Amino acid sequence: MDGSGILKGLGITLKRLIATYVDDFKRGKQRYYTEEGVEYRRSPEVQGIFTVQYPEEKLPTPEEFRFVPFLVGEEMEDGTLDPRCTACGICAKVCPAQCIWIVRARDPKSGRARPKPAEFYIDVDLCMNCGMCAEYCPFDSIKMDHDYELATYDRHAENVFDLQKLLKPVSYYAEIRPRNYEREEEARRQAEEAKRKAAEARAKAKAAREAKKNPPKQA
Amino acid sequence: MSEQTVMLQNEEELLLSRFPEAVKKDERKGYEGYVVEAKALRDFATTLRDKLGYDYLSSVTGVDYLPEGKMEVVYHAYKTTGGPALVFKVQVPRENPVVPSLVPVYPGADFQEREAWDLLGIKFEGHPNLKRILLWEGFEGFPLRKDWREPYFEEEHKPYKSRFPEGKFFRIEDRNPFGKNVDYPAGFDPDKWIPDNSNALIYEGLGRVERAGDDLPTEQIVVNLGPQHPSTHGVFRMVVTLDGETVVDLEPVMGYLHRNHEKIGERNTWLMNMPFTDRLDYLAPMSNNFGYALAVEKLLGTKPPERAEYIRVIMAELTRIQNHLFAIGMFLNDMGAFFTPSLYAIEERELILDVFEAVAGSRMMVNYFRFGGVARDIPEDVMKKIHALAFERLPRRVDELDRYLTGSEIVRVRSEGTGVLTAEQAIALSAAGPVLRASGVPYDVRRADPYGIYDRFDFDVAVRYHGDVYDRYLIRIDEIRQSLRIIQQALQQIPAGPVLAGKPQYQFRVPPGESYGRVEGPKGELGFYVVSNGKGNPWRYHVRAPSFINLTALAEMTRGQKVGDVVIILGSIDIVLGETDR
Repeated sequence: MDGSGILKGLGITLKRLIATYVDDFKRGKQRYYTEEGVEYRRSPEVQGIFTVQYPEEKLPTPEEFRFVPFLVGEEMEDGTLDPRCTACGICAKVCPAQCIWIVRARDPKSGRARPKPAEFYIDVDLCMNCGMCAEYCPFDSIKMDHDYELATYDRHAENVFDLQKLLKPVSYYAEIRPRNYEREEEARRQAEEAKRKAAEARAKAKAAREAKKNPPKQA
Repeated sequence: MSEQTVMLQNEEELLLSRFPEAVKKDERKGYEGYVVEAKALRDFATTLRDKLGYDYLSSVTGVDYLPEGKMEVVYHAYKTTGGPALVFKVQVPRENPVVPSLVPVYPGADFQEREAWDLLGIKFEGHPNLKRILLWEGFEGFPLRKDWREPYFEEEHKPYKSRFPEGKFFRIEDRNPFGKNVDYPAGFDPDKWIPDNSNALIYEGLGRVERAGDDLPTEQIVVNLGPQHPSTHGVFRMVVTLDGETVVDLEPVMGYLHRNHEKIGERNTWLMNMPFTDRLDYLAPMSNNFGYALAVEKLLGTKPPERAEYIRVIMAELTRIQNHLFAIGMFLNDMGAFFTPSLYAIEERELILDVFEAVAGSRMMVNYFRFGGVARDIPEDVMKKIHALAFERLPRRVDELDRYLTGSEIVRVRSEGTGVLTAEQAIALSAAGPVLRASGVPYDVRRADPYGIYDRFDFDVAVRYHGDVYDRYLIRIDEIRQSLRIIQQALQQIPAGPVLAGKPQYQFRVPPGESYGRVEGPKGELGFYVVSNGKGNPWRYHVRAPSFINLTALAEMTRGQKVGDVVIILGSIDIVLGETDR
């Protein structure tokens, strides 16, 4: 108990303090308020100061980051967004917080259900950001967002997202989750290819069958 | 036949021959263990403890079998030398559920029996202090009974029918108006309610107790530490009876964060519970996921693919590291080292949370495990980061933290010899995790009853022998090092391949039966006891929360200590109130 332990500890604190200035000196201006600077400060290599000056600087969100869902809409030629959603209701069934409400669209004439949502609500106050809706959606139409700055003045008025507020274009989705988007598009292309091939094979087989059934008269 | 099977058979013969009338094997399909008559319970437990070496009572909980009109109390006992659980149950009629208390045999049953009384209304005869623990005295009913309904009750089970296909939005709060959603027991008026004498002191906040048998006319004083106090790591209260500066007695008061996680769990479908487990011990979400996944996989009979097993181990050990870093940092805070050490520790934790964020999508509420694997693979760049952390940065930084704190005279003077818990006490009080191992009991579920693929890794069970606060600090440093060893091995061995067995699915038909999945969480043995009746929702979902049960030992540790040390003793247990109160 000679105080050497305390001195050793203080030495480490001092070293940490100096490391920040050494880093500053080495890396100059690009250390703060730049993307590389933020990236360096959150990497395993960093020695000195670690913190990020939010909101001037923001940590980049990784692709898998998830925050309240949005609906993916195909961009139509007239500038509107057509939801990919088919109102199958799986997201509403897996949602642990039960914060998704869907009204299935009906054909105005026949009254039969159509595969489109007429209304779609998510109560953001309830949503626990678990991402299960996006995970189990078979149509890639509900995805988790990256926009985490949702503070509002009136939660009653603004924290229930309706269809209009939930819809975001496919291009936005491709931007925030490029790898996922690429993978899904690839899978879709392959599925379509397989479907096309199957259809072709079916047509061929049908033609062959018909040829067998009614052999050409001339022959 | 292996040695273990022979041993278990011998045990069975002994138990059945010793209690020919009162003990039967549980013959229900999917169930295991013994059914014991209530009147023979204490003898049975004493035999287990003294004759068979089941010295550690891990979990006590109740199940309400409403259709059969029965209440069942389920006990899980272990040997501290390792091995599987011995499960025994007591069945009592639902109208008058009275079971003899096991506190005289296993003092660690104290809080757990109080919890079963609180939530299920099972009376434990002979319990020294049977009163509500998570809820307050003005609460009407026993919420975990199957016929109890919450004020905002919508349906027995999720998914609710009102959401789809005619999902007209309504605000849940409107159905649950504040101030009008509470029922009180008959004749109870909250404004006029005065707690009975033993509680009066607690509720008044500051009371005096006459000290008997002393010449000087001095008094003892009752002080409330908390519920709002930075040292309590949340909302938690310690009612301390003081004689001068010395603690005479301490009673933990908890439940301020209670949300009845288990009732929510029984309303949920099996899969829906996964994200809810993150919210138990929010400092160790991956471990919580792990435990729950194990319990349900046991019932389902699925086995995750190899790669998923490795990913699970890597994630669980990273969780342990970040949890221990946080625990050490905050413990130093409690000790008065204002934020410098804790920020150094949080820095490293931050890097691990970044990994979680990139893999699972969220820093703390990870929701990463699925039945039969994990949600998604680790991306290549994140794998590199884990490599850099496990092989370079974390070992270096842990060494630095060790140099910085371990030798410090202030840390040592404050913590050495403070809050001692002997090995016998720790076992008897069902302490788990670092608290148990710092008292000299080398019991680690990863070694004692390996789950997942932990039997493949080479690591030491960290153990320290003094049982004081200093050892509980040291053991966390030791465990970080062992966890790093495991991660390093896992990273070298991890094969390529799928990460989920079968197709992703969200509806599970879980075969009827019971199962108890336990993991060595950072805070101790984390167990999930689930009962399935073959439907889409768990019939019973119980969490053996280490933070909660470790508090059973708090009074024992603090008696005779100075009041100033109560804070660091609590800090050394490392509780998270999200898990304690559930």
